[in-house]
Amino acid sequence: MTFINYASREINCKIVYYGPGLCGKTTNLQYIYDSTAPQAKGKLISLATETDRTLFFDFMPLELGTVRGFKTRFHLYTVPGQVYYDASRKLILKGVDGVVFVADSQDERMDANIESLYNLEENLSSQGYDLKQLPYVLQLNKRDLPNVTPLEELTEELGRKGEPIFEAVATNGTGVFDTLKAVAKQVLTELRKG
Amino acid sequence: MAETPFIIQEHQFQRIKNILARLCVECAARVVFLVDRDGQPIAFHGDIGDMDTTSFSSLAAGNVAATSSMAKLIGEDAFPGVVHEGERESIYISVIGRSLLVIVFDERSTVGLVKIRAKRTSFEIAALLDEATHDSDQYRINKNTFFSEITDEDIDSLFS
Repeated sequence: MTFINYASREINCKIVYYGPGLCGKTTNLQYIYDSTAPQAKGKLISLATETDRTLFFDFMPLELGTVRGFKTRFHLYTVPGQVYYDASRKLILKGVDGVVFVADSQDERMDANIESLYNLEENLSSQGYDLKQLPYVLQLNKRDLPNVTPLEELTEELGRKGEPIFEAVATNGTGVFDTLKAVAKQVLTELRKG
Repeated sequence: MAETPFIIQEHQFQRIKNILARLCVECAARVVFLVDRDGQPIAFHGDIGDMDTTSFSSLAAGNVAATSSMAKLIGEDAFPGVVHEGERESIYISVIGRSLLVIVFDERSTVGLVKIRAKRTSFEIAALLDEATHDSDQYRINKNTFFSEITDEDIDSLFS
């Protein structure tokens, strides 16, 4: 839920990166963190296992600049992708303003993508949200790998509502900021609508 | 659709700051925070040193979200208060409706004192937040607010 503070003239919004295990959600955040000026970001917090798999969430605050004198700060979260962390995923979706679904483009991960997308719809619905009404972007990650599913097929399987779709290679930053901009823009447009 | 934005007006913010300042003295705390349950910092008073208050707020909300879910799994509705005791610094988190009162204190205070003072203050904060929530709802009804004046160019300028 967007939080607006008239005293400190700040707009705070929450964006969640969702997707199956090892699809590159944390890598998206890491790239954004590494490429952003120190004054525009807070710490990147990772609640991860000893093997660097996300256990609860990753989090980083990012300041984009000012709109009409209000500082806009986006709180970026990832969820743990592994199937058995569903309770954590539900919690992180609370108060969400926009969602990025990071799909793993590799052929063998198609089923995992579909399962995770259904899980997102279910978990949003259990919190009273409808994916079709939320600011939402689909990112097709790992496009640099040799065994990727064609773009058209992924779009047909995973597209939900004519959402913006970006091809990405999160490890080198391709598509990472385009994805973030697209979802942030939708969130602010939604705020304008009231 | 996302929920109605939660808006704190300047006068409400000042009142919250005053309440937190009083509470900080009353329970001899190092710092007192008010945090939204979604992890957004609302206000704080006290000595934050070089603490990253945004991350701290997000983690406090994650902590309460996790312990509340654990409560449900054992048949409790929620844990209204959570205490973390360290060697030098401790944290008490009290759930007040949609927000969390987070008190950081050291050996100059005690859990008992912090709990009693927090409980007394929580009614005041709850009333103030109810007022802010009511005003925020009006925001959706009266769409002719400041934010409806934001243009596409304003939004694009953030990304240029």
